[in-house]
Amino acid sequence: MEKSLSWREFIITRLIQSSGYSAIIFVALIFFFLLREGLPTLGEVETSSLLNIRWYPIEEYFGILPLISGSLIVTLGATLIAVPFGIGTAVYISEIAPRWMREILKPLVELLGGLPSVVLGFLGILVLSPFLRVFLDLPTGLTAFTGSLLLGGIAVPTVVSVAEDALDSVPRAYREGSWALGATKWQTIWRVTLPAAKSGVLTAIMLGVGRAIGETMTVMMVTGNAPVLATKLGSLFSPVRTMTATIAAEMGEVANGSTHYHVLFFIGMVLFIISLIVNVIASSVVFRAKKRAERILS
Amino acid sequence: MMTRFLSRNRHTVQRLGFSAITLVAVVTVIPIVGTIIFILFKGGSAISLEFLSGFPHDGMRAGGILPAIIGTLYLTLGTAVFSVPLGIAAAIYLSEYAKDNQWTRLIRIAIINLAGIPSVVYGLFGLGLFVLFLQFGTSILAASLTLSIMTLPVIISTSEEALRAVPQSFRTVSISLGATRWQTISRIILKEALPGILTGVILGLERAAGETAPILFTGAAFFLPRLPQSPFDATMALPYHLFVISTQVPEMPIQIQYGTALVLLVFVLTMNVIATVIRSRARAKRQW
Repeated sequence: MEKSLSWREFIITRLIQSSGYSAIIFVALIFFFLLREGLPTLGEVETSSLLNIRWYPIEEYFGILPLISGSLIVTLGATLIAVPFGIGTAVYISEIAPRWMREILKPLVELLGGLPSVVLGFLGILVLSPFLRVFLDLPTGLTAFTGSLLLGGIAVPTVVSVAEDALDSVPRAYREGSWALGATKWQTIWRVTLPAAKSGVLTAIMLGVGRAIGETMTVMMVTGNAPVLATKLGSLFSPVRTMTATIAAEMGEVANGSTHYHVLFFIGMVLFIISLIVNVIASSVVFRAKKRAERILS
Repeated sequence: MMTRFLSRNRHTVQRLGFSAITLVAVVTVIPIVGTIIFILFKGGSAISLEFLSGFPHDGMRAGGILPAIIGTLYLTLGTAVFSVPLGIAAAIYLSEYAKDNQWTRLIRIAIINLAGIPSVVYGLFGLGLFVLFLQFGTSILAASLTLSIMTLPVIISTSEEALRAVPQSFRTVSISLGATRWQTISRIILKEALPGILTGVILGLERAAGETAPILFTGAAFFLPRLPQSPFDATMALPYHLFVISTQVPEMPIQIQYGTALVLLVFVLTMNVIATVIRSRARAKRQW
């Protein structure tokens, strides 16, 4: 009895331990398979043509610069939207809203985080882009800007929940001290609470950016998918094509093992590395603030 | 005089500032509510028994969306089969066993990175590992496994938080009564943390149910004349179906598009509401 019990205990402990390490294994596996299928690109396509401005795979033009610039411009637009709205909403929920309002707002923002991106893309096609075409007098409503607006919406819940968490964990004594010195609530928010929560707020912004770069379905549906190099700010109002959308749109039609197939995996590899960098920076900011890492996930 | 002016001034600033922030919050929330009401309103008229229980026909321009509904159910269940046990076990490890050392820190960084990897990259990975290397083909199995790994970080982090919330005294008392560590976890800690874990699991599965990019090349089918018969069959799925009929099918009736969006939204929202209810009930009932 004693012995069998301890054996069971031993096996279960081992199982749980290996589950714990599974996350590391999965990240490694993902990277391995991206490398395995993506690295042959470097042997098949010359670096100079990879860094070209023409993406036209049917004629073997694999310049990924327009795709990178497309991702960057859409993400930049989304960040400009998600940061003020996300942080503003977080400040409202954590510092200004009455309790009952908070109980309504938090689940609502969480709900936005759960809306499938394909539904937002669908509404983007049917409602937002026709509206923008008329309102801004553009030749087409399917532009980088349309994508930025929707992506901003997708990034907002991430920014709100992480930033709100950070504001919430600022000790109450900081605020009380500030009030006692005669500062208004508003002054306290700007000069005490927000600076104290700075690292968490930065993490929120980083994770929002990461969310925006990686978003696929919405951008594929609403940005018009034209692989044109975005060079000026005006490109925001013309069609672009992002890295994610390119993979999603073209992977279904390529032959396994072809050059095109390898290049798409190569783009995936670039995306993986970008998200790795963004997340490592975001989490190191968290660690410096001695915050629990998993907080930023929930 | 001067100080009174200043003090009035800063209170005006505060009023203006609060109004601005409130406005920002309102502008953020209105589109969320608006989107949901708009789709409920527009899609409602498409919903009928035939729509929910029939197969699409006439190049999907008529008929129902049953195979897509069933497909999404299968994918969600398939995802649960893999990600729930693994995710909870990993959370137990992090909360109950792991020491605060380099390895544990590495696990946490890995989890954060898993959460940040773009969904379409999961699709590529699933294609490379499950579809091609392990030769599962484009199938429910390959898509479910891909979605599982994507959901894992959500399940791990929320479950860990729930486990950590159980007071330390529960563990001390149970161990001092002679229970082993695993007995303590399985009979005491897990039971107490169950509502929190359930909330996390449902929120994770909700995300999986609504995802399109990870199943694009791992298990989603454009159209199938019959329901999938085994885990090795490809399947239709609600999000992918909505993508297909709103971008790939010319002259698609708008009604069916809104109807499909509505069914997907209801599917996902129901899960979300259930999770929220479980959480708030557990909070209200909690005695510690």
